[in-house]
Amino acid sequence: MTPATATPSPRPQPVPPGLDAPPREVQPKKMTWSERLYLPLLTGLGVTIRHMFQNIFFPNRRPTIEYPEERREYSHRYRGHHILTTRPDGSVRCVACFLCATACPAECIHIEAGEHPDENIEKYPLVYEIDMLRCVFCGYCVDACPEEAIIMSNNYDMAYFTREQSIVGKADLMKPYTFNPDRLGYRPIYPEEQAQRDKMRRQAFDLVAAAKAKAAGGETGAGAAG
Amino acid sequence: MTVAEPTAAAPPLPEKIALKYPGKITVQEISHGAPIDQPTWVVDRAVLADLARDLHDDPETRYDLLLDLCGADFPDRAAGGGDRFEAVYHLYSLPRQQRLRLKVPLAEADPTLPSLIPVWKAATWFEREAYDMFGFRFEGHPNLRRILCHEAFQGHPLRKDYDPARRWILTEDKMYRPHFDLPEGEDDMFERMTINIGPSHPAMHGTFRVMAVLDGETIVASDVEIGYLHRCFEKMSETHVWQQVIPYTDRLNYCSSFINNVGYCRTVERMLGVEVPPRAVWARTILSEFSRIMDHCVCNGTTLVDVGGLTNFWYMFQPREEIYGLLESCCGARLTVSYCRIGGLAQELPPDFEAHCRRLLDYIPPFLDDVEKLVDKNRIWMDRSVGIAAISGEEAVNWGWTGPCLRASGVGYDVRRAHPYDLYDTVDWEVPVLYGGDVYDRYKIRMLEIRQSLSIIRQLLDRGMPEGPHIVDDPHVALPAKDAAYNQMEAMIYHFKLIMDGIQVPASERYGMVEGANGELGFYIISDGSSKPYRIKVRPPCFPIFSTFPRLIQGGSVSDAVATLGGLNVIAGELER
Repeated sequence: MTPATATPSPRPQPVPPGLDAPPREVQPKKMTWSERLYLPLLTGLGVTIRHMFQNIFFPNRRPTIEYPEERREYSHRYRGHHILTTRPDGSVRCVACFLCATACPAECIHIEAGEHPDENIEKYPLVYEIDMLRCVFCGYCVDACPEEAIIMSNNYDMAYFTREQSIVGKADLMKPYTFNPDRLGYRPIYPEEQAQRDKMRRQAFDLVAAAKAKAAGGETGAGAAG
Repeated sequence: MTVAEPTAAAPPLPEKIALKYPGKITVQEISHGAPIDQPTWVVDRAVLADLARDLHDDPETRYDLLLDLCGADFPDRAAGGGDRFEAVYHLYSLPRQQRLRLKVPLAEADPTLPSLIPVWKAATWFEREAYDMFGFRFEGHPNLRRILCHEAFQGHPLRKDYDPARRWILTEDKMYRPHFDLPEGEDDMFERMTINIGPSHPAMHGTFRVMAVLDGETIVASDVEIGYLHRCFEKMSETHVWQQVIPYTDRLNYCSSFINNVGYCRTVERMLGVEVPPRAVWARTILSEFSRIMDHCVCNGTTLVDVGGLTNFWYMFQPREEIYGLLESCCGARLTVSYCRIGGLAQELPPDFEAHCRRLLDYIPPFLDDVEKLVDKNRIWMDRSVGIAAISGEEAVNWGWTGPCLRASGVGYDVRRAHPYDLYDTVDWEVPVLYGGDVYDRYKIRMLEIRQSLSIIRQLLDRGMPEGPHIVDDPHVALPAKDAAYNQMEAMIYHFKLIMDGIQVPASERYGMVEGANGELGFYIISDGSSKPYRIKVRPPCFPIFSTFPRLIQGGSVSDAVATLGGLNVIAGELER
């Protein structure tokens, strides 16, 4: 099993009221005399006035965003428009294994496979279409892909004039943001995780190297003693 | 983590009941070849009405809450000479905190059974739904007609022989004809005016149609038409593999989609017997509470904007916006998160998860304070809400209410407390209970619950993130890590196999529940051992709540009806599935 930190034990909890005998009558709140006189409205007025001055004097703290000039910052896990990644030579990386189309709950991926001229690659998609109006942006295709051939961008501006336009083909899927890492979205491996992984790997190598050095040192030491 | 669900062993039949109905009730201990998850009786329909009355009234049983009523279709049984259908009732006893499932076998030729409305009013809409989906005839139901499908629909969609791709066109002459419960002799429609609110009305919070008969300004009777957003969730689930249902659950209660994810995944995990890693449980608890906060914020914000308090809407939506930011940094989507997977979470938590949560804990309370200062003692709001649409605890229970709306009527039933799951029994928190039962208390209870949720989150954060993976390390349930899938043959095979074949859930049935943002969210799942669910029934908390709506608004004015609807927090996606 997983090495868990000690799970705290359950605590005795009070039993909430009303379970044994649900009340038969309602007891609505009674107004106090100040409430009758609308006096607490002044407190509320204070709140709105405070907000008004805050918004005037500290416009930077305003929560509103003036879209589309200004855009909300999304994390790099954002599940937006899909991207078909490419090999270094610019050809599509997809091998038409149909895993993404199978995993898709919305059944919005259409693939037609063809023989790849390079016999090491076997298959590639002749047609790869995603119907963006059907897509629910769940990211299951990214999870399913064994080749990292489909990832997502953080582009959420998808508007179409006709339904036909919403079916996005291979060429358009390969185009967007492939070379701009800032606009990438949901994908199997993220930069910071990659950094973490590299760090761990380096540490592991260091450990091995240290162990080897120690073993070598130990051997020489033992030899010297012997 | 801690599993404190109803005892798995079937209890003996109470002697009194066994003597009264000899041979009519059998206790089921094995279903679909697996031990049953909760006490289940198979009941002959001839005694159902009497038995229900006894179960409800007898102080030894006191099943006062009808949680759910659904059907199930087993064509194979009919082929083997058995009864094809099964009507399944889920009962709950608040004083004894026990559950009971009643199954009533029904033959295909004559699927009739008595209506239980005299015992539990909650049955009103549930029976209509079972009629709509399976064609069960409930004798004595005053208004047995379709509820989710439209009137021109033919056939019963959840029967197994119904083709999921079949469509029906709704024509003008099949439009819904309202059914009003007017007092006897008071059907003089010349004196009255019938108005139509919705379906596309800004105050309707989705697409519901309320038809109200007015006498002057007073609503004398009303009828509700729902089903505009029916998306065949249950039928579609039967055509998808187990993992693919998760994005569908997002769209049930879309204000707090993460809780739906958890509810579904938990139920399936328990059918599989999978233990979720502590880190995933920890994160699920935290994110569920954040989702609850979000849902309550939406509900209160929209209620207040419906009665004219627009400012509160901005103050309530800002925390929600920021919580969306947290969810988005975890999973990449704001509304439809799909962050849970069967066995854990979809991805590792982001590196700054704890810091982000703590930032939110400090960020949210000032907004709550502002709203409370604005409206808590504001007479304008109190005049619109105190005593409006009041319902007593007893009546609310009879109508099948759960969640904050029930707790505002003085009944402290909360699944997190009564049947703790995840980490809820390891933190200190209270179940707030109020006694007004009106719109004001439904608003107030949500504000109190937000504070409790914040406290739960704070305690969990203080405890620290548990070590370990975010998803169970079982290649039959969860996809192997990407690194492994790229580099190891075995992992690659598992990866392909899991996606092509799906998870194989052993044949069994289970009712799993979590505390959704507006009540007990139940998933009744039947598996036949294949890679697709055999039957999934969602127990949407707002379904019985909304069925009370005509009763709640009766005698009030139209503007009260608008305030009432906001306070009930009816979410169309969940109501109509």
